[in-house]
Amino acid sequence: MVVIGAGMVGAACAYYLARAGLSVTVVDRGSVSGGTSGAGEGNLLLSDKERGPELDLALRSHQLWRDLNDEGLGPDFEYEAKGGLVVAFAETDFAALQTFAATQRDAGVVTEEVTADRLSEFEPHLAPGLAGGFWYPQDAQVMPALAAARLLRASGAEVRLGTAVTGLQFSDGTVRGVRTTLGEIPAQHVVNAAGLWSGEIAELAGSTLPTQPRRGFVLVTEPLPPLIRHKVYSAAYVSDVSSSDAALQSSAVVEGTPSGPVLIGASRERVGLDRTPSYDALGRLAAQAAELFPFLERVDVQRYYCGFRPYLPDHLPAIGPDPRLSGFFHASGHEGAGIGLAPATGELIAALVAGEKTAVDAEPFNPARFASPQPQEEQR
Amino acid sequence: MAAAATAAEQGLRVALIDSGRQLGGQYFRHPAPGLNAPWIAHLHHGWSRFERLATRVETSHRIAVLFERQVWAIEPGFNVLTDRGPIAARNVILATGSYERVVPFPGWDLPGVFTAGGAQALLKGNLVLPGRRVVVAGTGPLLLPVAAGLSVAGANVLGLFEANRVRGYAKHPVPLLKNPAKFLEGVDFARQLLRARVPLRSGRMVVEAQGTDNLEAVVIAHSDGSNRRRIECDALAIGYGLAPQIDLGLTLGCENKLLSDGTVALRVDRSQRTSIRGCYAVGETAGIAGVECSLVEGEIAGLAVAGASPGGPLTPRRDRLRGFADVLRTQHPVPAAWRDHLTPDTLICRCEEVPARAVAEAVEDLGATDARTVKLLTRAGMGWCQGRVCGYAVACLARRDPAEPASAADLLAAAKRPLARPVRLSVLTELDQRNK
Repeated sequence: MVVIGAGMVGAACAYYLARAGLSVTVVDRGSVSGGTSGAGEGNLLLSDKERGPELDLALRSHQLWRDLNDEGLGPDFEYEAKGGLVVAFAETDFAALQTFAATQRDAGVVTEEVTADRLSEFEPHLAPGLAGGFWYPQDAQVMPALAAARLLRASGAEVRLGTAVTGLQFSDGTVRGVRTTLGEIPAQHVVNAAGLWSGEIAELAGSTLPTQPRRGFVLVTEPLPPLIRHKVYSAAYVSDVSSSDAALQSSAVVEGTPSGPVLIGASRERVGLDRTPSYDALGRLAAQAAELFPFLERVDVQRYYCGFRPYLPDHLPAIGPDPRLSGFFHASGHEGAGIGLAPATGELIAALVAGEKTAVDAEPFNPARFASPQPQEEQR
Repeated sequence: MAAAATAAEQGLRVALIDSGRQLGGQYFRHPAPGLNAPWIAHLHHGWSRFERLATRVETSHRIAVLFERQVWAIEPGFNVLTDRGPIAARNVILATGSYERVVPFPGWDLPGVFTAGGAQALLKGNLVLPGRRVVVAGTGPLLLPVAAGLSVAGANVLGLFEANRVRGYAKHPVPLLKNPAKFLEGVDFARQLLRARVPLRSGRMVVEAQGTDNLEAVVIAHSDGSNRRRIECDALAIGYGLAPQIDLGLTLGCENKLLSDGTVALRVDRSQRTSIRGCYAVGETAGIAGVECSLVEGEIAGLAVAGASPGGPLTPRRDRLRGFADVLRTQHPVPAAWRDHLTPDTLICRCEEVPARAVAEAVEDLGATDARTVKLLTRAGMGWCQGRVCGYAVACLARRDPAEPASAADLLAAAKRPLARPVRLSVLTELDQRNK
């Protein structure tokens, strides 16, 4: 069994595959957490997901993250069940949020309406004059790079880093192993968890996985005492996440961390893998964060980082068997939700490999939906 | 100053931005008016040159000197982003100097342990001695003036310990003979120290600093740990050379080059142009080369930016000084043995309090194969100094095999800081206003 990619999704696949008794080798052309996993905030969110297959996957993942924490792994990667608070600036936003939350509640999400006068009970430093909000106690956070590294270690998998996959070996339409820059590795099953590069890996099998990068910046402030208790963001974030627009969208997600700095995400731009700093994006994030928490105006930003989310045109990950090559699986395209969705993705892959019943319906994630003809992305 | 004065004399309008409160930077650092000491004249070499330069800057009506401004990034085109708002410019000359390179050793976080340049800055800027009984150690030409200055100002300098053997210079006679003044300056410092009975030893390094609340002693040894000797002292001034401060240029996209001592500098052409049109780099930003070279390069860039050709003796003089600097660099590497003296508890990153044990775990157990991942998994380099202090050490420690030198990519990563300085969030929100 070979897993390509030592990021969060690859680590989770390795973990659940190894737990199912398979012997797993993980290969990555770089380091652990070298791609998207090392450049995010570690959000484990239910609050931003509308009713549908992604929410089902997120709910299952929520349970699995709690299980991993109960198994004792949590402190190793700073698991925090801190809860999320989504706030609305205007009454119309609040009304939309109410409708949104009602559908989530039907799907099993725990959420509670917070009227304007009670917002300060949750976040005392929040700006005055907000219309109201919703409290999502199940939202949580991990330190993503550590989560991937620790889960990978806990899997007991053999890990080959600095090893790039150059080809797939197959015969009679069945995968037999991978070719790498450091030799061949025979395998009965291969999982493509290569994130931003998963499209290139799919091509090695003659398949199509139209993964594209969506850039984001995160501002990191100086270390502060715990002034922000939860994950706080404005209702506009939800529409940004599901948008396909190429231009800059931004809605600040603000949260404290156990180590002190406040993280301010999350801009979204489709600009390829361009790392050129966008001072417009940084300025927008800062302004939106200060709208939520005015005291942040007086705080120093120490650094920022830039990352790329691997997204697919329909904003759903591809999890399941490759349509062309037997024994070859995909687990990629989670966009900005990969950390949160990783355990359920790993569990799903393990069940599909073993031919067992899956915990959530796998069909909506079937990579076959990208088999030619390629669907056109909707234009907005 | 040299670049600003020259460009202004060519008719250009210049904004000279400095984070300090007065002209002079690090080299010509001097106390605020009113502070004085009888030995102050001995601290500065070429003071009259500073006075001439300062006069050229101060009397020019084309130069606006902007003190206490921190540049945190430069936008292409150019928009110089400072902590007090942006400044538009057609050309930019980077003369941001250098910062000190240090490596960790047990006890290096004790009060009383200073960097060599830090001790010197304290003395030059505040007329304060770091201690009464001082040991100077590390490597590089900076140690000589530091020890001489401390001695002149009344400290009992218990020894100057240069980690590298100095006899290697004999292999490079040509650059040395072409730069007799530089060479004699070193000899002059050495003579001064001998007169003050300061022991000079080479091939020895500090392997440990001891003390409970404050520094009480240092242990000096050969790099293999043999010949250990304990010296009681209340201050240690230690430095392993200088590294170019090039974060602004790197973020702007300027090409860079890795030098033989493991530092990264901006790549420049004969007129000090970087790979980004309109952006120039002079002095230490183009590779550590000392004050003479910095001044010449400032003149060259000041002429080039105005479209004038730097004729006459300027370019040959710069080339000669650069040749000397390249020899110096080869003679003062950080001894690879610094790693051998770490204990699991030795802090590598002081800002985030990351011990050597955590870095070793990241590399050996958790799959970090480069400095970026070590940083991600341990937080080393994420704190206030943004890796200026621990960046070099982490780049070395990211190699599982201690015999392998740090990779070029990791050394470059140690020089990169997307925000050159921490910036108030309100300064960023003002950037957002301009788009409305």
